[in-house]
Amino acid sequence: MKIHKYDTVIVGAGGAGMRAAIEATKRSRTAVLTKLYPTRSHTGAAQGGMAAALANVEEDNWEWHTFDTIKGGDYLVDQDAAEILAKEAIDSVLDLEKMGLPFNRTPQGTIDQRRFGGHSRNHGEAPVRRSCYAADRTGHMILQTLYQNCVKEGVEFFNEFYVLDQLIVEIDGVKHSAGVVAYELATGEIHVFQAKAVIYASGGTGKFFKVTSNAHTLTGDGQAAVYRRGLPLEDMEFFQFHPTGIWRMGILLTEGARGEGGILRNKDGERFMEKYAPVMKDLASRDVVSRSIYTEIREGRGCGPEGDHVYLDLTHLPPEQLDAKLPDITEFARTYLGIEPYTDPIPIQPTAHYAMGGIPTNVQGEVLSDNTTVVPGLYAAGEVACVSVHGANRLGTNSLLDINVFGKRAGVAAAEYSAKVDAHIELPEDPAAQVVTQVERLRNSTGTERVAAIRLELQECMDANVMVFRTEQTIKTAVEKIAELRERYLNVSIQDKGRRFNTDLLEAVELGNLLDLAEVMAVSALARKESRGGHYREDYPTRDDVNFMRHTMAYREVGDDGTESIRLDYKPVVQTRYQPMERKY
Amino acid sequence: MATPTLDKADAAGAPEPGFADSPYITATFRVRRFNPEISAESVWEDFQLEIDPKERVLDALHKIKWDQDGTLTFRRSCAHGICGSDAMRINGKNRLACKTLIKDLNPEKPITVEAIKGLTVLKDLVVDMDPFFQAYRDVMPFLITKETNEPTRERLQSAEDRERFDDTTKCILCAACTSSCPVFWNDGQYFGPAAIVNAHRFIFDSRDEAGEQRLEILNDKDGVWRCRTTFNCTDACPRGIEVTKAIQEVKRALITRRF
Repeated sequence: MKIHKYDTVIVGAGGAGMRAAIEATKRSRTAVLTKLYPTRSHTGAAQGGMAAALANVEEDNWEWHTFDTIKGGDYLVDQDAAEILAKEAIDSVLDLEKMGLPFNRTPQGTIDQRRFGGHSRNHGEAPVRRSCYAADRTGHMILQTLYQNCVKEGVEFFNEFYVLDQLIVEIDGVKHSAGVVAYELATGEIHVFQAKAVIYASGGTGKFFKVTSNAHTLTGDGQAAVYRRGLPLEDMEFFQFHPTGIWRMGILLTEGARGEGGILRNKDGERFMEKYAPVMKDLASRDVVSRSIYTEIREGRGCGPEGDHVYLDLTHLPPEQLDAKLPDITEFARTYLGIEPYTDPIPIQPTAHYAMGGIPTNVQGEVLSDNTTVVPGLYAAGEVACVSVHGANRLGTNSLLDINVFGKRAGVAAAEYSAKVDAHIELPEDPAAQVVTQVERLRNSTGTERVAAIRLELQECMDANVMVFRTEQTIKTAVEKIAELRERYLNVSIQDKGRRFNTDLLEAVELGNLLDLAEVMAVSALARKESRGGHYREDYPTRDDVNFMRHTMAYREVGDDGTESIRLDYKPVVQTRYQPMERKY
Repeated sequence: MATPTLDKADAAGAPEPGFADSPYITATFRVRRFNPEISAESVWEDFQLEIDPKERVLDALHKIKWDQDGTLTFRRSCAHGICGSDAMRINGKNRLACKTLIKDLNPEKPITVEAIKGLTVLKDLVVDMDPFFQAYRDVMPFLITKETNEPTRERLQSAEDRERFDDTTKCILCAACTSSCPVFWNDGQYFGPAAIVNAHRFIFDSRDEAGEQRLEILNDKDGVWRCRTTFNCTDACPRGIEVTKAIQEVKRALITRRF
């Protein structure tokens, strides 16, 4: 075991982690621990753009953006946080441009902007061009630009270091962060990183679904690490299903395709979104469009021999426009479906895309141990966190914005905290004990269960029971199945017993994380007896602001006999100037 | 009721309805295995799979790892050609495993899969990427401007100036180009195509003011002049970047000092 000492440690090197690292490295001795090489993170898969009311191409302002974000999130958004997001969006885009990001340009040479779902002029009047973009590779450009600037700032990376545990020390009854424990993939060695401040920026949990736009590596590692140490997870029942994933594969086809004029059609060729969202049509918010697609499918208007998908039609758009604005997604259709989008519509279905919930933080990125208490020295930003700027449903282009605004805020706040506190908190005795036990148990297990089999059963169960439509019955089915799988997981064994690059072992660890988080999601969803944003209960089809305009806070409890359970609590939504209204697009 | 479409998609392992024209096939994957914990030598190992030929080579590697041999080791993440993790040598050519469909590989014959060349193999298909990223860092891959007073708004750039370096912004640092280059195989000192691509991305960006410095770095004996224009890099690039052309443009800029 090796012990390292840093001021600030950042877990994850996607957009939020690297944005934080650029700030933290300037202000404190910083290490970034990442389970992948930095440019491999899933920020790079984001396509359509980053919202900011630059008003470069038409009238716009950050107040309209704030309103759209709150309405898009079905009023579960903390309104103070949404205001910060929309206000700081402008500088955040300009910062990236100054760092070198190659945005598409207007004829005047300013940053070009395009339409995106849920973003509107004057509180819902009509779609507005607010998304700053670089073709359909905006996430790729952000990731590359941030990595370039990390190279420039000399950020210190520990590549393929996998954080498995968060060290928490209680001082006068208050939980403090003391550092993290990591597993080095190349050697199998365990490392303890003692740090004054730790920032989680480790991404989402999408791999507990089968049809997902998420990378194989998005397994909720950060959420699981803090949750197991008794910290809460907020709003985990809220998961976004992006309307346009490639049929059966789940690969993302950007909403920018509809922003450029693409149309969703059923088997009769009908533009069905006109029925569901007369004003915004195909550019209604993602939860609305995903439910509309499945309504079409259920009512027998789906396409193909199985009637199990609909079409994204780009054939009326000029090929030059597709080449210039949507080159990557048109190539995906050619590569993976053998379809020519110039002439043929693309089969699509909703795909599990984004966790609105996560580790609760305040607007400085400080992690909370209950509704109000900050965990000194612990921060989170990006998809792993829940500020909450996305509420019950995130608007497209607000995630690339979130990672930049709150990545920067967390980086600054953590480094300033590191500078302010005199000494590191003393590490607990034998800090790596839990990780050593976990790793050795998996390595030495002779159990008969296989990781891949349990993972597939989990994913199929989640797709079938807690996806776009949920009922008490389906959620209970999921809760029971997850409990069974968690039991079987105790008997899981791996084939690779070595120390060098043991990805077999890591997949087993990741499955443990997914199982814990899937359970939190299902239990949180069961208790929320209403429909709001991405959480749609067929048995409670309307929003219930009286009983449920509040955030779910899920805690792991361990009884005296070692039995685990989930305790749910609730946190009020911060409301400033926007009264909840019925959401229509 | 459950979400309707997915029950059908769940039938992994059986031919899917609607795909009657492409039944599952039996394919052999011949993988070059190496694990220094076990042996100092690499060996070829064959795996037989029942697989839909429209699936990716990455899907096949996952099926092997998940159902047959958990020790098979490779890097992957996004699985659709964006993250750059899974460059490997498939049937002798550098490709991304997640962008290569089995049907495009003549699956009647064994499909060979091995690590990319020119970088030290650490285990199976995993190579040491550090020298690759060091060459990238050496070309100063970040925007450099001399102005001390930053503009309040964005810098202006015409659509034409933006287009000038568009091709080289697509790089995902997968190393498929660099590890396909015979000069790089023979001499690890050469910067390699990927680093030059990333220098090109800034040299031809109208906002950048360090083009001369970057050109001097690439004027080095291990710089662009080592390129023998074999076009392996262009063929290998999974993003369709015209890599050899970019290297030629850097060479021309060194001669004319115009860029």
